[in-house]
Amino acid sequence: MKHLEEKHPLAIRWFHWISFPLLFLMMWSGLLVYWANDIYRVGWGESTLFHFFPDGFYQRLNLQQRLAEGMALHFFFMWLFVANGIAYVLYLAFSGEWRKVLPDRDSLRDAVQVTLHDLRLRKDAPPQGLYNGAQRIAYTGVILMAFGSVATGLAIYKPVQLSWLAELLGGYPMARWFHFWLMIGFCSFFVIHIAQVIRAGWDNFRSMVAGFSLVDSAKEVEVVHDSGK
Amino acid sequence: MTPENRNHNAAARTRRAFLTMGAAAAAGYGGWSWLRSRPVEGGVAWPLRSVLRRNETVAEAYFSNGHQSPALSPSQVDPNPRRNGDVGLGDDFKPAGWVLNVESSAGAERRQVTMAEIRELPRVEQITQLNCIEGWTVVVQWAGARFADFTDKFAPQGRGARYVGMQTPDEAYFVGLDAPSALHPQTLLCYEMNGAGLSSAHGAPLRLVIPVKYGVKNIKRIGRIVYTNNRPEDYWANEGYDWYAGL
Repeated sequence: MKHLEEKHPLAIRWFHWISFPLLFLMMWSGLLVYWANDIYRVGWGESTLFHFFPDGFYQRLNLQQRLAEGMALHFFFMWLFVANGIAYVLYLAFSGEWRKVLPDRDSLRDAVQVTLHDLRLRKDAPPQGLYNGAQRIAYTGVILMAFGSVATGLAIYKPVQLSWLAELLGGYPMARWFHFWLMIGFCSFFVIHIAQVIRAGWDNFRSMVAGFSLVDSAKEVEVVHDSGK
Repeated sequence: MTPENRNHNAAARTRRAFLTMGAAAAAGYGGWSWLRSRPVEGGVAWPLRSVLRRNETVAEAYFSNGHQSPALSPSQVDPNPRRNGDVGLGDDFKPAGWVLNVESSAGAERRQVTMAEIRELPRVEQITQLNCIEGWTVVVQWAGARFADFTDKFAPQGRGARYVGMQTPDEAYFVGLDAPSALHPQTLLCYEMNGAGLSSAHGAPLRLVIPVKYGVKNIKRIGRIVYTNNRPEDYWANEGYDWYAGL
């Protein structure tokens, strides 16, 4: 027996799906800008393990010679990205949904167990509510990363008018470096997120679109119990 | 509720939600296609240009002479400052014959200013960062006269103008500036870099140093300065860049 259980409120779903293309556009236009001074790498001293990015990457994605366009797009979509982000955070705060997203005292231990389970080093998954500890940490982390991207972005957008912010972040070049690595962080999040969504299956995916989940009635007792409802 | 009802409910909600999402995605794609197909204004689709103008309004509201580029220390100075751009720096230039042409009051006030006159203005030294629009930075020790002092001395009528335009002698490179940025206390008409006279490649005999703008506005080899209420043309703004380019 399965029954229908509400999982994601409508507002959360809209924020989620609006942020997806906006984050993509910010990253893509950001790459158009980054190309003009692509100085970051992973390496030690003279030796470079990986340069961000190889020429073939720019060529294949057609990212070259588009700095002006990239800046115009970046400074256009930044408003929508920030507006959606502020609305999302305000909604979390005032609806009480933050309780399901912010990590609690058990999240770290839970996250370790979930990760071990996902890596097949642990047989049973720990019991969980709407989000497990790993998810809470990841989703809260993404909110903080977005906040960091806006702060570092402002510092490199207006390093003189907001010189205090640029100074706080270690100066203009350092703020730009942080801004870049936050973008890489979003890419990493995206890859893991998509992999986990595929793994979790259809019901989970549908819940982010339609809002509900079909739950085994036997299981429901456990879920209700664990989420403390 | 019977199991059939439940499944029906789930199927109906799923269908409705995916249709809504499809419609939203189509609307988003439609908006994107619309944006990409807009006529270009100064090298960039007009809605983007329009938002750049709005961003400028926001930036101008926050702009203040009190917001300054941090004063850096001599140890941070880059001994070989990178340079970009040689538009307007053609070989046919004769430094000996150079004078600065200054116009204000819609061309009613015109005069020529010599290097010696500029050097008589209070000399200001500052160690500030130059931020290239490409994303790199150099720290330079600049010396020159404040543009505000220059204006008061040689074009006091220009104080009321909304904009300042500058050109190279061959008119190949030109920048447009809003008056508040031009009159910012860190904006210099510069004749020395890192303790030596300007090299030709860095804009001898006189260049602009304007830390509240990207490097592209720091015009080298200035030949003409115009105080005006008409927004002056700008070389890189014609190529799709933000006209304001304020930092």
